[in-house]
Amino acid sequence: MLAKRIIPCLDVKEGRVVKGVKFVNLRDAGDPVELASFYDQAGADELVFLDITASYEKRKTMIDVVSKTAEKVYIPFTVGGGIGTIEEIKDILSAGADKVSLNTVAFQNPDLINEGAEKFGTQCIVVAVDAKKNVEKDDWDVYIHGGRTNTGRSALEWVEEVEKRGAGEILLTSMDSDGGKDGYDITLNAAIAEKVNIPVIASGGAGEMKHFLEALTTGKADAALAASVFHYRQFSVKEVKEYLAKNGVEVRL
Amino acid sequence: MITIVDYGMGNLQSVRNGFARMGYRTFVTDKPEEIKKARGIILPGVGAFGQAVKNLKEKGLGEAVKTRAREGVFLLGICLGLQLLLDKSQEGLDLKSGGLELIPGEVIKFRGKLKIPHMGWNQLKPIKGDPLLKGIKKGDYFYFVHSYYAVPQDNSAILASSEYGRDFAAVIKGAPFIYGVQFHPEKSSRAGLKILENFGELVYNGSHTSH
Repeated sequence: MLAKRIIPCLDVKEGRVVKGVKFVNLRDAGDPVELASFYDQAGADELVFLDITASYEKRKTMIDVVSKTAEKVYIPFTVGGGIGTIEEIKDILSAGADKVSLNTVAFQNPDLINEGAEKFGTQCIVVAVDAKKNVEKDDWDVYIHGGRTNTGRSALEWVEEVEKRGAGEILLTSMDSDGGKDGYDITLNAAIAEKVNIPVIASGGAGEMKHFLEALTTGKADAALAASVFHYRQFSVKEVKEYLAKNGVEVRL
Repeated sequence: MITIVDYGMGNLQSVRNGFARMGYRTFVTDKPEEIKKARGIILPGVGAFGQAVKNLKEKGLGEAVKTRAREGVFLLGICLGLQLLLDKSQEGLDLKSGGLELIPGEVIKFRGKLKIPHMGWNQLKPIKGDPLLKGIKKGDYFYFVHSYYAVPQDNSAILASSEYGRDFAAVIKGAPFIYGVQFHPEKSSRAGLKILENFGELVYNGSHTSH
């Protein structure tokens, strides 16, 4: 059976990990390559690098991070943040990343999803969707620009469109639960997962092990992404997976 | 040297890195004459079958791989590279040219209520013992990304299967030393690296051909 995936996410700024991993015995806890390798050894199923470098010029450092990571990490990894053109997708993939994640650019220039999927395969194109509950519409709105702009577009509609355009996966972040530790937005997750026939990665809100269980069962997610609970060693990737296995979820141990 | 065939389909660096990690040097080429000198051949690949067949044909790479494999050089097809070992695929039916015809059979698409592509970690069920699978246990996980799977004419070509809606061929072997793995060993952590190591050992210690 296909296993549910646990995915640590690393925020990278100008080639260095911010919100670094604490309490882990590493020579350099800010080195994305070393951290990625640590998570590979620890049983992570995939990794996501989110490039939060502000300036365009300095973003090229990410290519270097990607190729060095590919030399040491033998699980799939995705790079998101600031990728805007087919050439940039190509650069990231040829440096050794397996997938790219597109967010604001996918919304503003959705043809990039089609082009990327045609050129590199649907499995390479992840579309990140930041969604926030709209109580009046009984729906969720899609936000872009790192959550600063409400597009007014229905998330339920948008995910259907990105699937049709060739996205291979959806990285779904709930803005209502992101940053908190109260669990993934299970209602949002299940609603999105029922709309599409591609995998959905739940993101935002993981604080306890049971949150992962909820996302992967009632939330119908195929994978769960988390950052701080792993970086701050609240529990390890292995502990979550053992807990999930004990509760009947298929995971790679 | 283990030679990786570069026919313009997908990223080869991860495969190189995987072998390097296990202590094997690799050489990437898009020249048929280099393939003729290879001791072991890797046919990687991500993308569409039809385009791959076209690319392999254009430079004569397909013929070179076929000739060497039939002469007894160890060959490992990875993902799309496995599918290319068969006669034909449902993907790219518009093309008259088929696969490499090294293992009789065809490649068909997953059907039913399944998310496609089959993407993620899935378990291997070894069926037959083989040096390529040395150290691999039933239930070990490997990373798959594919929408089509191989159906060899002869079931005995299947060394290991995996399950996604149905059992499908995850590792196949044809005579003399033609191997294919549907998953990505270079992205399958320890278990995957073990397969690359096993292949490296076969190339350097298990060869029955003279050089």
